[in-house]
Amino acid sequence: MSDSKAIFLKDATVNAADGDQRAFIRKALGGYYVNRDLQKARYRDWERARDAASLAKWSAVNDLANVLEKFVTNFERNGGVVHWARDAAEARAIILKIAEDNKAKAIVKSKCMTSEEIHLNDALEKAGYGVVESDLGEFIQQLRGEAPYHFVFPCMHVKREAISELFTKHLGTAPTDSPEELTMIARRHLRQLYVDADIGITGANFLVAETGQISITENEGNARLTAALPRIHIALSGIEKVVNHLDDLSVLLPMLATAGAGQPMTCYNTLYSGPRKKGECDGPEQFHIVLLDNARTRLLADPEQRDALHCIRCGACLNVCPIFKNIGGLAYGTTYQGPIGSVITPHLRGLKQWNHLSGASSLCGACTDACPVRIDLHHHLLHNRRNAAKESPTLFDQVFHHGFNFVIKRPWLFATGGRIFRATLPLLQKLPLPYMGAWMKTRDLPKAPAQSFRDQWKNQNV
Amino acid sequence: MSDARSDIFARIREALKVKAPKPHLKGEPKPGSTSSVAKPWLPDGGETADASLSILAEQLAKLKAVLIRVPDHASAAKAVAELSAAKNWKKVAYHGHPLLRPVAAALPCETWEADTSFEKQRLEGCDAGITTCESIVAQLGAILVSSASSGGRALSILPHVHVVVAEASQVVPDLGSALALAKARHGDQMPSMLSFITGPSRTGDIERILVLGAHGPKELYLVLVG
Repeated sequence: MSDSKAIFLKDATVNAADGDQRAFIRKALGGYYVNRDLQKARYRDWERARDAASLAKWSAVNDLANVLEKFVTNFERNGGVVHWARDAAEARAIILKIAEDNKAKAIVKSKCMTSEEIHLNDALEKAGYGVVESDLGEFIQQLRGEAPYHFVFPCMHVKREAISELFTKHLGTAPTDSPEELTMIARRHLRQLYVDADIGITGANFLVAETGQISITENEGNARLTAALPRIHIALSGIEKVVNHLDDLSVLLPMLATAGAGQPMTCYNTLYSGPRKKGECDGPEQFHIVLLDNARTRLLADPEQRDALHCIRCGACLNVCPIFKNIGGLAYGTTYQGPIGSVITPHLRGLKQWNHLSGASSLCGACTDACPVRIDLHHHLLHNRRNAAKESPTLFDQVFHHGFNFVIKRPWLFATGGRIFRATLPLLQKLPLPYMGAWMKTRDLPKAPAQSFRDQWKNQNV
Repeated sequence: MSDARSDIFARIREALKVKAPKPHLKGEPKPGSTSSVAKPWLPDGGETADASLSILAEQLAKLKAVLIRVPDHASAAKAVAELSAAKNWKKVAYHGHPLLRPVAAALPCETWEADTSFEKQRLEGCDAGITTCESIVAQLGAILVSSASSGGRALSILPHVHVVVAEASQVVPDLGSALALAKARHGDQMPSMLSFITGPSRTGDIERILVLGAHGPKELYLVLVG
């Protein structure tokens, strides 16, 4: 058993037994379901909109070399600097070098899952930079020293009392049980940090090839401030975030907000093209983008699952997933939790270590239904199971499949086996069968028929 | 020596040698088409100016943004001055635009044309920021500001209150029209920032309970002339 699987099984078992926490998560998601359905109802045809969104991403991902080339040309024409990173280590090195070259001290970050993926904060802190997460949820998780629980709602599992204690401990503020007051504490604390920071690091939700702009989606305004006040703006993005046309956003931005957060559109959807232009009064002097592969091309090379790169990270599949709701986000041990994380993590980090996530699903298909860009999520979990069995079959797989193969090709053996099985079935009922305990506790094995199907067929008078 | 860029492009080209099937779609939408008529499946933005205005009013109300409709520019200045007095603003920053200077002049408090002598620490101390905008999207209640139309990047996000003064003719039905308009207006000289503002800043990060004014403005006013 891989280490990550052992940790997963342990954490999942503990969390699934925590009824209070599960009820808390269900309650937190309750309002989302209502708002999402209200917003979806405003679409004159949500399914057609999903078609359009899926086509926009399909066109870009399946022509990635050309679309990316076009984006980069236009981005550079706008005055931005492009950096390429094959893996996480290269991306960290690039960002550290920019910080070093510019003698930066303080860094403010807005929410960026790609930076979690490359463990950027650790690297920056080790190099002596002060790094502050400015998204409220990420800020709370940073103080807690914990990874995000959900890639859109990082601290949705933390109760207000715990946040109040955390702020009292780290910021010295008076305890309060009002979410409003807690939000204002973070607001007051972070404001001066934006003003003082040398570097602002953001992610990117979309890279628009046609115009060379990057698009950032957020609700709090922290990404706006991060890209407005520091003298250097660094955006970190996976190469798959590119879209062909500016107009693609007229579909993708509202759908991202509706599917992910039950909003018509998030509060701020901002397009950046380059550093401060001539005649503009503020904005950064430098604008860098780090384009990251980090095994995305491995997923791209699998035409069957290539559509997993269409993901716009809205989080809708997590919000509806019965497994996510029961075991929580931290048990996954991945950057991307829930169904999409279970699909892509084996590609990004290795199928052998992470195939257990392919079983972290009831295969109910709620994720596939929820996905605004129509990623075939639950079938991809099956594809991963198949690939894993092919790549490195377990002993059980080998014995079972070879045995099955041997028996099914020999009708006499199959018939004999069936006869023995029918005769011994009443005995099996009384034996303590391995793995069957919970099932057998409340159920009886079916009664064996006197004749096999083959005998019945042979004896019938047709 | 192979650099990261050529390596990544080589990996992409190799990966794409095997084609993925085109998704099976019910009706094929045209990518890159900009007309709102081309996307009759998105939320409605109104087919006439009046319809758009009423959708806009409804959306803004749901977003907890305040719409103030006035007949002319003099009444706009008066409305903002009343707001300033009622909310007891001490310092107000505004974008140096011919339409906004008279508005600022009518204010009963200290005013500052932020983009002519920008200073971030000074802006941080302002109660409100007043800007114009590029366009307003009825379909979503979104206001498109830019570093060109809104006195840079910070003026519309750093002060605690954001006031937008705009003409009713700037209302467009949907997001596609607003993007097309920005492209037509700026061509390949886009302002370095274009931002759709959909209501006052908000967060639901604590127990998914909505709180306004996370980092950006707590209050958003749209003063619509005409």
